[in-house]
Amino acid sequence: MSKPAVWILIEQNDGVIADVSWELMGKGRELADDLGGEVAGILVGHNVKDQAKEAYYYGADKVYVIDDPTLEYYRTQAYAHAIADIAKKHKPEVFLMAATSLGRDLSGAIATPLGAGLTADCTVLEIDPETKLLHQTRPAFGGNIMATIYCQTARPQMASVRPRLLPIPERDETRTGTIIEETTSLTEADIKTRRVEFIPDEGATVNIEDAECVIAGGRGVGNAENLKVIEELAAVLGGTVGCSRPLVDAGILPHAHQVGMSGHTIRPKLYIGAGISGAIHHVVGMEGADLTIVINKDPDAALLKVADYGVVGNLFDIIPAITKEIKSRKGV
Amino acid sequence: MRLVVCLKQVPDASEVKIDPIKGTMVRAGVPSIANPYDMHALEEALRLKDKYGARVSILTMGPPQATDVIKRAVSLGADDGVLLSDRAFAGSDTLATSYILAQAIRKMGEEEPVDVVLCGKMAIDGDTAQVGPGIGSRLDCAVTTYVVGVRSLDKDKKTLVVERRLERGVEVVEADMPVLLTVNKEANEIRYAALPALIESIKYEVPVWTAGDVQLDLAQCGLKGSPTQVKKIFPPPQKDIETVMVTDTISDPAQIAKLLVDKIEEAGMLA
Repeated sequence: MSKPAVWILIEQNDGVIADVSWELMGKGRELADDLGGEVAGILVGHNVKDQAKEAYYYGADKVYVIDDPTLEYYRTQAYAHAIADIAKKHKPEVFLMAATSLGRDLSGAIATPLGAGLTADCTVLEIDPETKLLHQTRPAFGGNIMATIYCQTARPQMASVRPRLLPIPERDETRTGTIIEETTSLTEADIKTRRVEFIPDEGATVNIEDAECVIAGGRGVGNAENLKVIEELAAVLGGTVGCSRPLVDAGILPHAHQVGMSGHTIRPKLYIGAGISGAIHHVVGMEGADLTIVINKDPDAALLKVADYGVVGNLFDIIPAITKEIKSRKGV
Repeated sequence: MRLVVCLKQVPDASEVKIDPIKGTMVRAGVPSIANPYDMHALEEALRLKDKYGARVSILTMGPPQATDVIKRAVSLGADDGVLLSDRAFAGSDTLATSYILAQAIRKMGEEEPVDVVLCGKMAIDGDTAQVGPGIGSRLDCAVTTYVVGVRSLDKDKKTLVVERRLERGVEVVEADMPVLLTVNKEANEIRYAALPALIESIKYEVPVWTAGDVQLDLAQCGLKGSPTQVKKIFPPPQKDIETVMVTDTISDPAQIAKLLVDKIEEAGMLA
């Protein structure tokens, strides 16, 4: 019998591989080692083959490449057909994807033809040492409940994981592997959707997921005018302004700034949260921060419990004082 | 033109908690609502109906009381609906759910062909976003997810053009009908029902289909047809952190700021 295989979807957009692919590769390596198996990257697109070797550097033993003009940009039907076909052929034990727009869409579309069990948005993945089954833990009911899911018999065991939850493993250029080229059976005439155009977001310069420093405000900020104190602190720290959901719902900040379950997951070196109560929806997006400072006037605010340093007080007193202190130390 | 909207009744997620002693979900007293994303899918369907003319049919799977959400949809302008309700469906995960719904859509299509299936992006009780693409795979039709608007629809060519919200922008896609769309909240504002329509909808008798009414392989339904199993449920873990409460020892904002900036500097963030 062949070794159990852990498959990782290498997500690419316009030929650029998303970092989350390597985050998953690191986890895939770990799971494969626990299973005594191998890790394979799945790279689908057009003119992408040259990038396959990157997958070895992050832990893959093999890369399956499907390179075809019909796969140039993501289309549910085209990608799902191509990948489901090779999964039927090679029968992986585990198949992981990112919980991105693309990954959630594709995983749902692939699970049905494979008859596979699929768990979305997992926060913890581990191999049960006795049963060797994949235990998949995820938040449910808007984060009020955690559930651990497993699949007894159906294969592959499929799961999606949100970006930036896992660290990227160290890149090792001495690692090598094998490329296996596969083909798709669909032609352009079979595919029922076509891209007309892609309109990139204006202000797409806000990339909170990669920010090293995030200063986040919540309901306690109150209004757009008050947001200035947050913005001033972000400016002196060279940080990015973040927020919890109420500020987006109120139209004070665009979604690009939202941290949490329905927003973005961040892993900054420094996170400062002010006027945020700390609903689990927000916490799941920021708990990967190295240093967490929380300011809230309510001593019972849940976010204070996940802080390294907590301040019970008025953010409109404390935040400007921090800004002033930093300015004086920097001599500006 | 025939549009089918998949509309789920869900517990109001913000009210669901875990019993800390029994470790079970506390659903008692939790109100049921129509899944908000599905309501935006319904609104999108009603707009297509207003603009191009169409019959809008609702498809709901759930317990007998889930007829409430179908009646609500009818009060807003849906033409009819079906409730899929059978004990055999209980415990269905996303794989089994997409199977049952796809088979039901096929049956609805026998009476009048279905051109567009609209689902919400996801349901707020599961947050998976898996069922829509799953139905699309099973029907082997065009699928476009995360739709924030339908730009145009050509009844003769049987195509429509939609805008999809992705992480870094909006993708405009042309799709051949039949097509399955999953709809984002940003797509539209949900309309209100007029009072006469509301009263009329109460009288609407929702047809109920059981497993026997739809061509279903029972081995693919409910718990039997669901590969995923729940090992355990538990409250979200609290991060195990020793929080230093600065205000326990200092009260002057300037002094608090000094201490915090020391920590920020130690973390190398003032460079």
